[in-house]
Amino acid sequence: MDALNSLMDGFGTALTPVNLLWAALGVLLGTAIGVLPGIGPAMAVALLLPVTYGLEPIGAFIMFAGIYYGAMFGGSTTSILLNTPGESAAVVAAMEGNPMAKAGRGAQALAAAAIGHFAGGLIGTVLLVALAPTVADLAVDIGAPDYFAIMVLAFIAVTSVLGSSRIRGLASLLIGLTLGLVGLDQMTGQQRLTFGSLQLADGIDVVIVAVGLFAIGEALWVAAHLRRSPGRPIPVGRPWLGRDDVRRTWKSWLRGPLIGFPFGAIPAGGAEIPTFLSYATEKRLSKHPDDWGKGAIEGVAGPESAASASAAGTLVSMLTLGLPTTAVAAVMLAAFQQYGIQPGPLLFEREPDLVWGLIASLFVGMVLLLALNLPLAPVWAKLLRIPRPYLYAGILFFAAVGAYAVGGEVIDLVILLIIGLIGFGMRRYGLPVLPAVIGVILGPNAEQQLRRALQISDGSVSGLVDTPFAVTVYAVTALLLLWPLLRKVVTRVRARA
Amino acid sequence: MRLSTPLALFGAAVLVLVGPPLLTAGGGAETGTQIPGLRFMVPNTPGGGYDITARTAAKNAEDAELTHNIEVFNLPGAGGTVGLSRLVSEHGNGKLAMSMGLGVVGAVRSNDAPKTLADTTPIARLTEEQDVVVVSKDSPYKSVDQLVDAWKANPGKLPVGGGSSPGGPDHLAPMLMAKAAGIAPKDVNYVPFDGGGELLASILGDKVAFGVSGVGEYLDQIKAGELRVLAVTGPERVDELDAPTLKESGYDVDFTNWRGIVAPPGLSEAERDKLVRLVEELHDSPEWQKSLRTNGWDDAFLTGTEFGEFLDAQDERVVSVLKELGL
Repeated sequence: MDALNSLMDGFGTALTPVNLLWAALGVLLGTAIGVLPGIGPAMAVALLLPVTYGLEPIGAFIMFAGIYYGAMFGGSTTSILLNTPGESAAVVAAMEGNPMAKAGRGAQALAAAAIGHFAGGLIGTVLLVALAPTVADLAVDIGAPDYFAIMVLAFIAVTSVLGSSRIRGLASLLIGLTLGLVGLDQMTGQQRLTFGSLQLADGIDVVIVAVGLFAIGEALWVAAHLRRSPGRPIPVGRPWLGRDDVRRTWKSWLRGPLIGFPFGAIPAGGAEIPTFLSYATEKRLSKHPDDWGKGAIEGVAGPESAASASAAGTLVSMLTLGLPTTAVAAVMLAAFQQYGIQPGPLLFEREPDLVWGLIASLFVGMVLLLALNLPLAPVWAKLLRIPRPYLYAGILFFAAVGAYAVGGEVIDLVILLIIGLIGFGMRRYGLPVLPAVIGVILGPNAEQQLRRALQISDGSVSGLVDTPFAVTVYAVTALLLLWPLLRKVVTRVRARA
Repeated sequence: MRLSTPLALFGAAVLVLVGPPLLTAGGGAETGTQIPGLRFMVPNTPGGGYDITARTAAKNAEDAELTHNIEVFNLPGAGGTVGLSRLVSEHGNGKLAMSMGLGVVGAVRSNDAPKTLADTTPIARLTEEQDVVVVSKDSPYKSVDQLVDAWKANPGKLPVGGGSSPGGPDHLAPMLMAKAAGIAPKDVNYVPFDGGGELLASILGDKVAFGVSGVGEYLDQIKAGELRVLAVTGPERVDELDAPTLKESGYDVDFTNWRGIVAPPGLSEAERDKLVRLVEELHDSPEWQKSLRTNGWDDAFLTGTEFGEFLDAQDERVVSVLKELGL
């Protein structure tokens, strides 16, 4: 095994005291950045670029990779405990994680998420070592029609997170799709819903929508009800996963990477869509369907594992093709270029020490992150003991800082507050917030891929179904849609026979 | 306890108010090229092209001890026009500069922005980069002529990929190329991608017939044989590439993407000269020359009024192309 030998050499590089230090610093920073709402890993790496200019490239990249993975770990923490996702990839964790925290099982949810990230990152990195060249070749074969098919599948999967009332769920999704329309039309440059404001021309950042709807909306909601339901402290409960929890989650931990890794590797993938798909998958496969919405631990474990595995997938495309599939990868690519190193087909031959050292450091980073986050889970869970007025004041502060940090503009704070008020209104009338966030993420993506596919086929609708991949995805989607009907027919036929 | 809380608060306030000025002070006397408190605005996101140019220039200027503590900050939005509006509103501020390039010229026109580059004080053009016309290694097109013949026959069926939105550099280049080949720019099927990375996947996977983007984006893929380069868009061949210019191939196109620096309007002559001198010193420094090499940027130094005339000419060209497209 050539790759295995190189990897062993890589460990030699990664385990030197200096590089271990960079890895530790990276995962610490990453975890902190993940926990703070609004400040994402892409921005953190970009701001560190000039600082790392004088470093050896290997040390800098080990730190950047630590930040990337660490942010994935940290992002779910506030999602679970405070219903306030720190990153868009952590939105799904709030769905089942927050009810668990409210029921006093916050530490277990955090532990399930941390082990999920560990499993996802580890399996993802193993897949990275084993499959890098193959996956990279496949990734470029995925085109606009295929993406659109995946988006359709994601929209169908979203129906399973619409909540108890379909009509309210759809209303929320439409709010999200409308917010997603704001900005310049990506294909023609027309302004939409910008009211002539240049600041709105790039659309409303997903982070601002997510933080506004979740964090600000939640804080306003809590504030409005504080007098009626005085601060009853939430029990913190046992810190460890019980045997029953592990029995329910181990399969979810292993399934997550299978969804997350390929999505990370494809050019328009990212970490959000696989978390939605993983959530929908876990919900369908769960043996405890009654728990969902009230704190099903599989709903935390699966999506979190998928999120970290997608980070590994992202690195595949970046290292082997020089293809950035997420904002973080784009910034890391710029960092490579700053060192005069061009990621791409020749990187593995030209800079084997750097690449394998980086990959080995991912394994080291995962272990460090697990060691950091697992003991921290019960500590974080104690956050909920802070009296709520102080806790939510803190959340409002960090949410505002995060939103301001996205673009450094006052108008972002105004938009944040307006979206927060929308979030409050949605809670008041029982509209779930998650579909709205999903709408903001999926809507513009789906539109762009649909129009790009149609443009490439010169307007012919057949261009949407002319690849085997797209046809397969549509077939799966149709099967999912028709499954309840089919099952009824099958049972009826059996009953008759 | 009662006493310590206000004390702690006071301490924190002192730290916040006094700390940063203390840290940024000590820039040295206002002589030579020193411009204490100079701020450098980047009108796009961290990690983007203008950002790397600005941060590299600031770092090199500090290393060469031309001036101290240049603060680089990002104000992204609408292809750079948000930053431009802010720059123009800082009338007479001699301690502010903005990195920009051809993309901003295009964005001003395609967004119909209220402030244009004519409202700024031009300082210098720093670097330039040609665009390349590339196809995948499996593409049937081996030369520009083959490609253009097929393109002419059916422009709609040959989608062109570019890494910028309409009005941006990668959009202008194929439009100029189409015009030179006798294809109406309106008939060109231009598919915008989110930067050169996303475009790369579509070229490699033969989703688009050909792609147009900066040389630097694809040097490695070309060397590895994954991409075939049919032509470069500038006036001269690129040393590293075995490809003709479009002009040699018989298409009258001279297109180069570039980056530079502008300052707010209303500067006194002394203030403007000071900024120009700082950039001149930077340009002559070994640090900047080294950065040019490591980043693969072509030196395209042009200052003051000449740069201003260049800006006007670029603007006219963008306007004429966009007008033909009806944008």
